[in-house]
Amino acid sequence: MKIGRSEIFAGRAFLCALMLLTVMPFISIFMTALYPSGTMPSGFGWPEHMQWGNFVEAFKVANMAKLLASSVFIVIEVVPIALVISTMAAFAIGLLRIPGSRALLALFVLGLTLPFAGIIVPLYYLERRIGIYNTPLAIGLPLIGLYMPFAVFWMRAHFVGMSTEISEAARLDGATTWDLFWRIHLPLARAPISSLGILMSVWTWNQFLIALVLVEDPSRRTMAGALGAFQGHYATNVPLLCAGTILILVPTLLIFILFQRQIIAALLQGAVKG
Amino acid sequence: MTSMTINTGARAAAAASRRTSHKRRVRREGFVGWLFVLPAFLMYATFELLPLLMSIQYSFLRWDGIGPMTWVGLKNYATVLEVPSLFGTIINAFKLVVFFSFVPVALGLIVASVMRRVAAGRLGSLSRTVLFLPQIIPLVAAGIIWGWLLAMPGLFNQVLRLVGLGGAARAWLGDFDWALPAVGIIGIWVLLGFCTVLLETGMSKIDPSLYESARIDGSGWLREFFSITVPLLRQEIGVCLTVTVIAALSAFDIVYVTTAGGPGYATAVPGIQIYILAFTEQRIGTASALAVLLMALVIIVILPIQRLSREDRV
Repeated sequence: MKIGRSEIFAGRAFLCALMLLTVMPFISIFMTALYPSGTMPSGFGWPEHMQWGNFVEAFKVANMAKLLASSVFIVIEVVPIALVISTMAAFAIGLLRIPGSRALLALFVLGLTLPFAGIIVPLYYLERRIGIYNTPLAIGLPLIGLYMPFAVFWMRAHFVGMSTEISEAARLDGATTWDLFWRIHLPLARAPISSLGILMSVWTWNQFLIALVLVEDPSRRTMAGALGAFQGHYATNVPLLCAGTILILVPTLLIFILFQRQIIAALLQGAVKG
Repeated sequence: MTSMTINTGARAAAAASRRTSHKRRVRREGFVGWLFVLPAFLMYATFELLPLLMSIQYSFLRWDGIGPMTWVGLKNYATVLEVPSLFGTIINAFKLVVFFSFVPVALGLIVASVMRRVAAGRLGSLSRTVLFLPQIIPLVAAGIIWGWLLAMPGLFNQVLRLVGLGGAARAWLGDFDWALPAVGIIGIWVLLGFCTVLLETGMSKIDPSLYESARIDGSGWLREFFSITVPLLRQEIGVCLTVTVIAALSAFDIVYVTTAGGPGYATAVPGIQIYILAFTEQRIGTASALAVLLMALVIIVILPIQRLSREDRV
């Protein structure tokens, strides 16, 4: 195909400008984080003396070590279980097409639209009643339930596209439903499962409202939940707040840089299949 | 004659037995299949469906969270619809839809098609990554970052002064008229990358020969965009709209850290008011009525989008 030179130039310039706009906010808080703690920085610009110590101070006051452990724990608690049970459900709904699968799917899809804010109040009282409020399970358990609509929907999209020929052939060889799931379809679903796992890890890490309401001690929340509390304490100390924000962003950004190929590849793979 | 009867009879019997065994297999598979769904369904029912029903129940009560519950019928709903500071949150939510949803989808379409035309190689994948970045950080962090950018000494006002518009500089998030659009800008920053990548993926599915024949006919970018790209991306556009509209109507994190609903009630959205009513004012009933209205609104808005984007597919 032929595209004019000027169009290529203009298009690329547009993309570069857009990338700059996207990245600028990150650069701005990074520079601000290097101003002396407790001062009011004068906006965008390098400070006279860079205060790398701000990061150390923020690490200490935000109780970052404990917070990291807590966030990792919650992710480990949520993601594997959510992956297994949602894949099983999607397998039954999308591939086995059990009786009532349409109604089940509709019920799960209903949850896809529910804002967390709509159910946070009863969730709080429910957790108090069953005794998991403010415990290590307070954030994880509800998140597993709340991820089900998306997870089942996502995995079902994979299973619905699978041909039933493989299953029928295996059936003739005497495979049970569990064999069919565990030996044949689970390995074939590796790509959508791993993208779903990454998505749910990031969502858990970034979860705010659930963490804010269901766990009192900020250092026992997820990263985002703690950041909210940190902001409450250090709203006036802008350099320290920016340093803390960057520290909390680092793990997320690292994971994204490591797995971005996989995320984007998974998205594109889905496109090729369709 | 006899042999024929036997033959037919045997065939019929065989067919019948095949039918029953098939039926039995389906029934057994149904049972086992249900076991597969059970764990997911139980978690979903406990932590989402049950709270949903509890929300509806609470919305008919007057309750401070500790004392006795009093049945008040529809009074909480009347309160939400009558008190301006509560009903206003719903209006604000719809204003946010423009920023969170319409702008990212429209802009995303343009950016994605530019990407496909001029940046097939490394620039394309770099820009996908960079634009996607705001989507993966916590919304709270996005709020804090932009809270500083939009503050009086922040970058935004600095740029304004640089281009000679210093008179317009203000604390954007503290301004009665500008706070809501300022929150909206944060939403655009967060959601544009998501929409772009999703739409771009959709565009890669479109048969390139369509574009080739359009180019042979001499149609330009604009024509190509509106007569091929947009109609064929209906489904992806539907997904983008659904996700972003839900994000707008249920916004909480960004508003909580940037303005907490202020100044006054300028940026109060349903999520924020539910939180304040329930956890600082102890008005569980009113909070739940607002919550139920919010959930109903989301469904009412989403359904037509779904219907439109699915038409003449399947």
